[in-house]
Amino acid sequence: MAVTVKTFVSASEAAGALSSDRTARYLGGGTLVMRALNEGDVSISIVVRAQDQALTRIDASGPRITLGAGVTFARVLAERDLAFLHAPARSIGGPAVRNMGTVGGNLFALSPYGDFTVALLALDATVAVQGGFGARDIPIEEFLQARERQTGTLVLSVSCTRPANTESFRYRKIARIKPKGGSVITLAAHLPLSGGRIAGARIALGSMAPTQIRARAAERALEGRSLDAATIAAAASAATEGTSPSDNALGSAWYRREIVGVHLRRLLSGQE
Amino acid sequence: MAKIPLQFRHNGRDVAIFVDGGTNLLVALRELIGDMTPKFGCGQGGCGTCSVLIDGELHLSCLTLAETVAGRSIETLDGMKQGPNLHPLQRAFADNFAAQCGYCTPGMLMAAKALLDRNPSPSRDEVVEAISGNICRCTGYEPIINAILAAAGGRVSA
Repeated sequence: MAVTVKTFVSASEAAGALSSDRTARYLGGGTLVMRALNEGDVSISIVVRAQDQALTRIDASGPRITLGAGVTFARVLAERDLAFLHAPARSIGGPAVRNMGTVGGNLFALSPYGDFTVALLALDATVAVQGGFGARDIPIEEFLQARERQTGTLVLSVSCTRPANTESFRYRKIARIKPKGGSVITLAAHLPLSGGRIAGARIALGSMAPTQIRARAAERALEGRSLDAATIAAAASAATEGTSPSDNALGSAWYRREIVGVHLRRLLSGQE
Repeated sequence: MAKIPLQFRHNGRDVAIFVDGGTNLLVALRELIGDMTPKFGCGQGGCGTCSVLIDGELHLSCLTLAETVAGRSIETLDGMKQGPNLHPLQRAFADNFAAQCGYCTPGMLMAAKALLDRNPSPSRDEVVEAISGNICRCTGYEPIINAILAAAGGRVSA
Protein backbone atom coordinates (compact mmCIF):
# COMPACT_ATOMS: atom_id res chain seq x y z
CA MET A 1 0.00 0.00 0.00
CA ALA A 2 1.36 3.40 -0.90
CA VAL A 3 2.06 5.74 1.96
CA THR A 4 2.44 9.49 2.00
CA VAL A 5 5.94 10.69 2.79
CA LYS A 6 6.22 14.11 4.42
CA THR A 7 9.69 15.62 4.63
CA PHE A 8 10.36 18.65 6.82
CA VAL A 9 13.36 20.91 7.24
CA SER A 10 12.95 21.38 10.98
CA ALA A 11 12.44 18.80 13.69
CA SER A 12 9.64 20.83 15.29
CA GLU A 13 7.58 20.79 12.08
CA ALA A 14 8.13 17.05 11.82
CA ALA A 15 7.07 16.65 15.45
CA GLY A 16 3.87 18.56 14.70
CA ALA A 17 3.04 16.29 11.75
CA LEU A 18 3.85 13.21 13.82
CA SER A 19 1.65 14.16 16.76
CA SER A 20 -1.33 15.20 14.64
CA ASP A 21 -1.99 11.80 13.03
CA ARG A 22 -2.09 8.39 14.68
CA THR A 23 -1.10 6.66 11.45
CA ALA A 24 2.11 8.73 11.11
CA ARG A 25 5.47 7.17 11.93
CA TYR A 26 8.84 8.86 11.99
CA LEU A 27 11.44 7.42 9.62
CA GLY A 28 14.96 7.43 11.03
CA GLY A 29 17.44 4.99 9.55
CA GLY A 30 14.69 2.80 8.09
CA THR A 31 15.58 -0.43 9.86
CA LEU A 32 12.27 -0.47 11.78
CA VAL A 33 9.78 1.56 9.73
CA MET A 34 10.79 0.28 6.27
CA ARG A 35 10.80 -3.23 7.64
CA ALA A 36 7.23 -2.70 8.87
CA LEU A 37 6.20 -1.30 5.47
CA ASN A 38 7.86 -4.23 3.67
CA GLU A 39 5.82 -6.57 5.84
CA GLY A 40 2.62 -4.76 4.87
CA ASP A 41 1.95 -2.93 8.14
CA VAL A 42 -1.28 -1.08 7.26
CA SER A 43 -1.25 0.91 10.51
CA ILE A 44 1.26 3.28 8.90
CA SER A 45 -0.15 5.61 6.24
CA ILE A 46 2.12 8.62 6.71
CA VAL A 47 5.90 8.54 6.96
CA VAL A 48 7.45 11.66 8.49
CA ARG A 49 11.06 12.68 7.92
CA ALA A 50 13.14 15.63 9.10
CA GLN A 51 16.37 16.91 7.59
CA ASP A 52 17.24 18.95 10.65
CA GLN A 53 21.00 19.05 11.20
CA ALA A 54 20.43 19.12 14.97
CA LEU A 55 19.20 15.52 14.80
CA THR A 56 22.57 14.23 13.60
CA ARG A 57 24.77 16.23 15.97
CA ILE A 58 27.22 14.59 18.38
CA ASP A 59 28.45 16.50 21.41
CA ALA A 60 31.04 14.28 23.06
CA SER A 61 33.60 16.80 24.28
CA GLY A 62 32.51 17.30 27.88
CA PRO A 63 31.57 15.13 30.86
CA ARG A 64 27.97 14.95 29.63
CA ILE A 65 27.52 13.67 26.08
CA THR A 66 24.58 14.23 23.75
CA LEU A 67 23.75 12.19 20.68
CA GLY A 68 21.21 13.45 18.17
CA ALA A 69 18.46 10.90 17.55
CA GLY A 70 19.59 10.50 13.94
CA VAL A 71 23.19 9.60 14.81
CA THR A 72 24.02 6.18 13.36
CA PHE A 73 25.94 3.44 15.16
CA ALA A 74 28.70 3.73 12.55
CA ARG A 75 29.17 7.36 13.61
CA VAL A 76 29.25 6.40 17.30
CA LEU A 77 32.00 3.89 16.42
CA ALA A 78 33.94 6.53 14.49
CA GLU A 79 33.99 8.89 17.48
CA ARG A 80 37.00 8.31 19.71
CA ASP A 81 35.44 10.30 22.57
CA LEU A 82 32.55 7.81 22.68
CA ALA A 83 34.74 4.75 23.36
CA PHE A 84 32.53 3.71 26.29
CA LEU A 85 29.65 3.25 23.83
CA HIS A 86 31.63 1.32 21.22
CA ALA A 87 30.85 -2.13 22.61
CA PRO A 88 27.06 -1.65 22.48
CA ALA A 89 27.26 0.06 19.06
CA ARG A 90 29.42 -2.74 17.65
CA SER A 91 27.05 -5.41 18.94
CA ILE A 92 24.29 -4.21 16.62
CA GLY A 93 23.76 -5.71 13.16
CA GLY A 94 26.37 -5.87 10.42
CA PRO A 95 28.07 -2.85 8.84
CA ALA A 96 25.06 -1.93 6.68
CA VAL A 97 22.68 -1.90 9.64
CA ARG A 98 25.18 0.19 11.62
CA ASN A 99 25.38 2.65 8.70
CA MET A 100 21.59 3.02 8.83
CA GLY A 101 20.28 2.32 12.34
CA THR A 102 20.12 5.28 14.70
CA VAL A 103 20.39 5.95 18.41
CA GLY A 104 16.85 7.36 18.46
CA GLY A 105 15.36 4.46 16.53
CA ASN A 106 16.96 1.95 18.88
CA LEU A 107 14.73 3.31 21.67
CA PHE A 108 11.77 1.85 19.77
CA ALA A 109 13.37 -1.48 18.77
CA LEU A 110 11.52 -4.40 20.35
CA SER A 111 13.21 -7.50 21.75
CA PRO A 112 15.44 -9.19 20.53
CA TYR A 113 16.76 -5.80 19.36
CA GLY A 114 17.33 -2.51 21.17
CA ASP A 115 20.76 -3.33 22.62
CA PHE A 116 22.08 0.23 22.57
CA THR A 117 19.12 1.26 24.71
CA VAL A 118 20.19 -1.29 27.34
CA ALA A 119 23.49 0.58 27.65
CA LEU A 120 21.70 3.94 27.79
CA LEU A 121 19.37 2.65 30.52
CA ALA A 122 22.32 1.58 32.67
CA LEU A 123 23.85 5.02 32.10
CA ASP A 124 20.64 6.76 33.28
CA ALA A 125 20.28 8.64 30.01
CA THR A 126 17.83 11.44 29.40
CA VAL A 127 15.66 11.40 26.27
CA ALA A 128 14.76 14.78 24.76
CA VAL A 129 11.43 14.54 22.96
CA GLN A 130 9.15 16.91 21.13
CA GLY A 131 5.43 16.29 20.92
CA GLY A 132 2.31 18.34 20.45
CA PHE A 133 2.95 19.70 23.95
CA GLY A 134 6.40 21.10 23.14
CA ALA A 135 9.88 19.84 23.99
CA ARG A 136 10.83 18.16 27.24
CA ASP A 137 13.40 15.85 28.78
CA ILE A 138 12.32 12.44 30.09
CA PRO A 139 14.40 9.96 32.10
CA ILE A 140 14.98 6.95 29.83
CA GLU A 141 13.28 4.59 32.27
CA GLU A 142 10.09 6.63 32.18
CA PHE A 143 10.33 6.84 28.37
CA LEU A 144 10.59 3.06 28.05
CA GLN A 145 7.70 2.39 30.42
CA ALA A 146 5.44 4.51 28.21
CA ARG A 147 7.06 3.46 24.93
CA GLU A 148 3.87 2.22 23.28
CA ARG A 149 2.39 5.68 23.64
CA GLN A 150 5.54 7.42 22.35
CA THR A 151 5.09 6.80 18.60
CA GLY A 152 3.49 10.24 18.28
CA THR A 153 6.46 12.00 19.84
CA LEU A 154 9.69 12.79 18.07
CA VAL A 155 12.90 11.90 19.88
CA LEU A 156 15.41 14.72 19.38
CA SER A 157 18.43 13.42 21.26
CA VAL A 158 19.68 11.31 24.13
CA SER A 159 22.25 12.41 26.65
CA CYS A 160 24.11 10.83 29.53
CA THR A 161 27.05 11.43 31.81
CA ARG A 162 30.31 9.85 30.74
CA PRO A 163 31.31 6.98 33.11
CA ALA A 164 34.25 7.86 35.37
CA ASN A 165 36.46 5.14 33.88
CA THR A 166 36.30 2.04 31.67
CA GLU A 167 35.90 -0.27 34.68
CA SER A 168 32.76 1.46 35.90
CA PHE A 169 30.71 0.75 32.77
CA ARG A 170 30.37 -2.75 31.37
CA TYR A 171 28.33 -4.27 28.58
CA ARG A 172 27.69 -7.78 27.40
CA LYS A 173 25.40 -9.13 24.68
CA ILE A 174 24.64 -12.82 24.44
CA ALA A 175 23.82 -13.87 20.88
CA ARG A 176 23.67 -17.19 19.04
CA ILE A 177 25.77 -15.93 16.15
CA LYS A 178 29.00 -13.99 16.41
CA PRO A 179 29.74 -11.24 15.58
CA LYS A 180 26.12 -10.57 14.68
CA GLY A 181 22.72 -11.73 15.84
CA GLY A 182 19.61 -10.91 17.83
CA SER A 183 19.93 -10.81 21.60
CA VAL A 184 19.33 -13.84 23.80
CA ILE A 185 19.96 -11.43 26.65
CA THR A 186 21.83 -8.14 26.84
CA LEU A 187 23.35 -6.75 30.02
CA ALA A 188 24.87 -3.41 30.95
CA ALA A 189 26.14 -2.28 34.33
CA HIS A 190 27.16 1.14 35.58
CA LEU A 191 29.08 0.79 38.86
CA PRO A 192 30.38 4.13 40.11
CA LEU A 193 32.79 3.73 43.03
CA SER A 194 33.01 6.01 46.04
CA GLY A 195 35.76 5.15 48.51
CA GLY A 196 36.04 1.63 47.12
CA ARG A 197 32.30 1.02 47.47
CA ILE A 198 29.64 1.02 44.80
CA ALA A 199 27.42 4.11 44.97
CA GLY A 200 24.53 4.38 42.52
CA ALA A 201 24.69 0.98 40.82
CA ARG A 202 22.52 0.59 37.73
CA ILE A 203 22.05 -2.71 35.96
CA ALA A 204 20.00 -2.89 32.77
CA LEU A 205 18.75 -5.98 30.99
CA GLY A 206 17.51 -6.50 27.44
CA SER A 207 15.23 -9.36 26.29
CA MET A 208 14.22 -10.07 29.91
CA ALA A 209 10.87 -8.21 29.72
CA PRO A 210 8.70 -6.52 27.06
CA THR A 211 11.03 -3.49 27.29
CA GLN A 212 14.56 -3.02 28.53
CA ILE A 213 14.41 -3.05 32.35
CA ARG A 214 16.56 -2.41 35.40
CA ALA A 215 17.53 -5.32 37.64
CA ARG A 216 16.70 -3.47 40.83
CA ALA A 217 17.21 -6.39 43.21
CA ALA A 218 20.69 -6.97 41.80
CA GLU A 219 21.40 -3.24 42.11
CA ARG A 220 20.39 -3.35 45.78
CA ALA A 221 22.74 -6.30 46.36
CA LEU A 222 25.62 -4.19 45.02
CA GLU A 223 24.84 -0.85 46.61
CA GLY A 224 27.31 0.33 49.24
CA ARG A 225 29.50 -2.75 48.90
CA SER A 226 32.84 -3.48 47.31
CA LEU A 227 32.78 -5.66 44.23
CA ASP A 228 33.93 -8.90 45.88
CA ALA A 229 32.92 -12.49 45.20
CA ALA A 230 30.18 -12.57 47.83
CA THR A 231 28.60 -9.35 46.55
CA ILE A 232 28.77 -10.55 42.96
CA ALA A 233 27.14 -13.86 43.94
CA ALA A 234 24.34 -12.02 45.75
CA ALA A 235 23.70 -9.77 42.75
CA ALA A 236 23.75 -12.71 40.33
CA SER A 237 21.24 -14.68 42.36
CA ALA A 238 18.91 -11.65 42.43
CA ALA A 239 19.15 -11.07 38.67
CA THR A 240 15.84 -12.69 37.74
CA GLU A 241 13.74 -10.72 40.22
CA GLY A 242 11.18 -8.59 38.43
CA THR A 243 11.92 -10.05 35.01
CA SER A 244 9.30 -11.45 32.63
CA PRO A 245 11.15 -12.82 29.59
CA SER A 246 9.36 -14.37 26.61
CA ASP A 247 10.00 -17.40 24.44
CA ASN A 248 11.34 -16.73 20.97
CA ALA A 249 13.42 -18.54 18.37
CA LEU A 250 16.65 -17.43 20.07
CA GLY A 251 15.82 -18.81 23.50
CA SER A 252 12.99 -19.76 25.84
CA ALA A 253 11.89 -17.69 28.79
CA TRP A 254 13.11 -20.53 31.04
CA TYR A 255 16.56 -20.47 29.42
CA ARG A 256 16.83 -16.70 29.76
CA ARG A 257 15.99 -16.91 33.48
CA GLU A 258 18.55 -19.68 33.91
CA ILE A 259 21.44 -17.83 32.27
CA VAL A 260 20.90 -14.19 33.23
CA GLY A 261 22.55 -14.66 36.63
CA VAL A 262 25.47 -16.53 35.08
CA HIS A 263 26.15 -13.72 32.64
CA LEU A 264 25.66 -11.03 35.27
CA ARG A 265 28.26 -12.79 37.43
CA ARG A 266 30.68 -12.89 34.49
CA LEU A 267 30.03 -9.24 33.66
CA LEU A 268 30.60 -8.11 37.26
CA SER A 269 33.71 -10.24 37.76
CA GLY A 270 35.23 -9.00 34.52
CA GLN A 271 35.28 -12.42 32.85
CA GLU A 272 35.27 -12.67 29.08
CA MET B 1 -1.92 8.56 -5.21
CA ALA B 2 0.46 10.81 -7.12
CA LYS B 3 3.81 9.42 -8.11
CA ILE B 4 6.94 11.10 -6.81
CA PRO B 5 9.68 12.12 -9.28
CA LEU B 6 13.11 10.90 -8.23
CA GLN B 7 16.56 11.43 -9.69
CA PHE B 8 19.83 9.90 -8.57
CA ARG B 9 23.08 8.50 -9.94
CA HIS B 10 23.05 4.78 -10.67
CA ASN B 11 26.49 3.28 -11.32
CA GLY B 12 27.77 6.59 -12.65
CA ARG B 13 24.74 7.31 -14.83
CA ASP B 14 21.96 9.79 -14.02
CA VAL B 15 18.53 8.18 -13.81
CA ALA B 16 15.06 9.67 -13.37
CA ILE B 17 12.04 7.64 -12.32
CA PHE B 18 8.61 8.02 -10.72
CA VAL B 19 8.01 6.10 -7.49
CA ASP B 20 4.99 5.46 -5.28
CA GLY B 21 5.15 6.79 -1.71
CA GLY B 22 6.85 4.26 0.53
CA THR B 23 8.66 2.42 -2.30
CA ASN B 24 11.97 1.00 -1.18
CA LEU B 25 15.18 1.43 -3.12
CA LEU B 26 15.39 -2.27 -3.96
CA VAL B 27 12.05 -2.18 -5.76
CA ALA B 28 13.05 1.06 -7.51
CA LEU B 29 16.31 -0.47 -8.74
CA ARG B 30 14.85 -3.80 -9.86
CA GLU B 31 11.42 -2.88 -11.18
CA LEU B 32 11.87 0.69 -12.36
CA ILE B 33 15.51 0.79 -13.50
CA GLY B 34 15.87 -2.88 -14.44
CA ASP B 35 19.02 -3.50 -12.41
CA MET B 36 18.40 -7.04 -11.19
CA THR B 37 21.73 -7.46 -9.37
CA PRO B 38 20.51 -6.49 -5.87
CA LYS B 39 18.31 -9.34 -4.64
CA PHE B 40 15.28 -9.53 -2.38
CA GLY B 41 16.00 -11.88 0.51
CA CYS B 42 14.20 -11.11 3.75
CA GLY B 43 12.92 -7.54 3.52
CA GLN B 44 13.92 -7.13 7.18
CA GLY B 45 17.61 -6.25 7.17
CA GLY B 46 18.67 -9.72 8.23
CA CYS B 47 20.23 -11.23 5.09
CA GLY B 48 22.21 -8.54 3.26
CA THR B 49 21.62 -9.70 -0.31
CA CYS B 50 20.05 -6.34 -1.25
CA SER B 51 23.23 -4.46 -0.16
CA VAL B 52 24.23 -1.46 -2.27
CA LEU B 53 26.61 1.46 -1.76
CA ILE B 54 25.03 4.86 -1.20
CA ASP B 55 27.67 7.60 -1.58
CA GLY B 56 30.22 4.84 -0.98
CA GLU B 57 28.63 3.58 2.23
CA LEU B 58 27.10 0.10 2.57
CA HIS B 59 23.31 0.20 2.95
CA LEU B 60 20.43 -2.24 2.68
CA SER B 61 18.35 -1.17 -0.29
CA CYS B 62 15.22 -2.96 0.94
CA LEU B 63 15.21 -0.81 4.08
CA THR B 64 16.01 2.43 2.25
CA LEU B 65 13.07 4.64 1.33
CA ALA B 66 13.66 5.32 -2.36
CA GLU B 67 13.08 9.06 -2.19
CA THR B 68 15.81 9.49 0.43
CA VAL B 69 18.46 8.81 -2.25
CA ALA B 70 17.50 11.86 -4.38
CA GLY B 71 20.70 13.37 -5.76
CA ARG B 72 22.89 10.67 -4.26
CA SER B 73 25.14 8.11 -5.93
CA ILE B 74 24.13 4.44 -5.86
CA GLU B 75 26.51 1.64 -6.75
CA THR B 76 25.28 -1.90 -7.32
CA LEU B 77 26.98 -5.08 -8.45
CA ASP B 78 25.91 -4.21 -12.01
CA GLY B 79 28.44 -1.39 -12.02
CA MET B 80 31.33 -3.41 -10.65
CA LYS B 81 32.80 -4.99 -13.74
CA GLN B 82 35.16 -2.79 -15.73
CA GLY B 83 34.07 -3.05 -19.38
CA PRO B 84 34.50 -6.67 -20.46
CA ASN B 85 36.68 -7.46 -17.43
CA LEU B 86 35.49 -8.74 -14.10
CA HIS B 87 36.36 -6.67 -11.03
CA PRO B 88 39.23 -8.28 -9.04
CA LEU B 89 36.71 -9.20 -6.33
CA GLN B 90 34.47 -10.98 -8.86
CA ARG B 91 37.51 -12.79 -10.32
CA ALA B 92 38.57 -13.85 -6.82
CA PHE B 93 35.07 -15.13 -6.03
CA ALA B 94 35.15 -17.26 -9.19
CA ASP B 95 38.68 -18.53 -8.58
CA ASN B 96 38.01 -19.40 -4.94
CA PHE B 97 34.62 -21.10 -5.47
CA ALA B 98 33.00 -18.40 -3.35
CA ALA B 99 29.63 -18.71 -5.10
CA GLN B 100 27.44 -21.79 -5.19
CA CYS B 101 23.80 -20.83 -5.72
CA GLY B 102 24.93 -17.22 -6.02
CA TYR B 103 21.97 -15.58 -4.33
CA CYS B 104 24.04 -13.96 -1.58
CA THR B 105 26.88 -13.06 -3.96
CA PRO B 106 25.72 -9.55 -4.99
CA GLY B 107 25.47 -8.51 -1.33
CA MET B 108 28.72 -10.24 -0.39
CA LEU B 109 30.54 -8.45 -3.22
CA MET B 110 29.16 -5.04 -2.26
CA ALA B 111 30.04 -5.60 1.42
CA ALA B 112 33.53 -6.69 0.34
CA LYS B 113 33.90 -3.65 -1.91
CA ALA B 114 32.80 -1.33 0.91
CA LEU B 115 35.53 -2.89 3.05
CA LEU B 116 38.36 -2.81 0.49
CA ASP B 117 37.52 0.74 -0.62
CA ARG B 118 38.47 2.04 2.83
CA ASN B 119 40.80 -0.73 4.01
CA PRO B 120 42.74 -2.24 1.08
CA SER B 121 44.57 -4.84 3.18
CA PRO B 122 42.18 -6.09 5.85
CA SER B 123 42.85 -8.81 8.39
CA ARG B 124 40.80 -12.00 8.34
CA ASP B 125 38.83 -10.74 11.36
CA GLU B 126 38.05 -7.51 9.55
CA VAL B 127 36.76 -9.47 6.56
CA VAL B 128 34.56 -11.60 8.83
CA GLU B 129 33.19 -8.44 10.45
CA ALA B 130 32.61 -6.78 7.06
CA ILE B 131 30.38 -9.61 5.79
CA SER B 132 28.73 -10.29 9.15
CA GLY B 133 25.50 -8.75 7.91
CA ASN B 134 25.37 -11.04 4.88
CA ILE B 135 23.95 -14.53 5.15
CA CYS B 136 25.10 -17.41 2.93
CA ARG B 137 23.16 -20.64 3.22
CA CYS B 138 25.11 -22.92 0.86
CA THR B 139 28.73 -22.10 -0.03
CA GLY B 140 29.77 -21.60 3.55
CA TYR B 141 31.69 -18.53 4.59
CA GLU B 142 35.28 -19.80 4.34
CA PRO B 143 35.62 -19.64 0.53
CA ILE B 144 34.03 -16.16 0.57
CA ILE B 145 36.46 -14.92 3.23
CA ASN B 146 39.36 -16.47 1.32
CA ALA B 147 38.23 -14.83 -1.93
CA ILE B 148 38.06 -11.38 -0.32
CA LEU B 149 41.51 -11.85 1.24
CA ALA B 150 42.84 -13.03 -2.13
CA ALA B 151 41.44 -9.99 -3.91
CA ALA B 152 42.92 -7.73 -1.22
CA GLY B 153 46.28 -9.44 -1.54
CA GLY B 154 46.30 -8.75 -5.26
CA ARG B 155 46.82 -12.43 -6.05
CA VAL B 156 44.13 -12.29 -8.70
CA SER B 157 44.48 -10.67 -12.06
CA ALA B 158 41.78 -8.22 -13.06
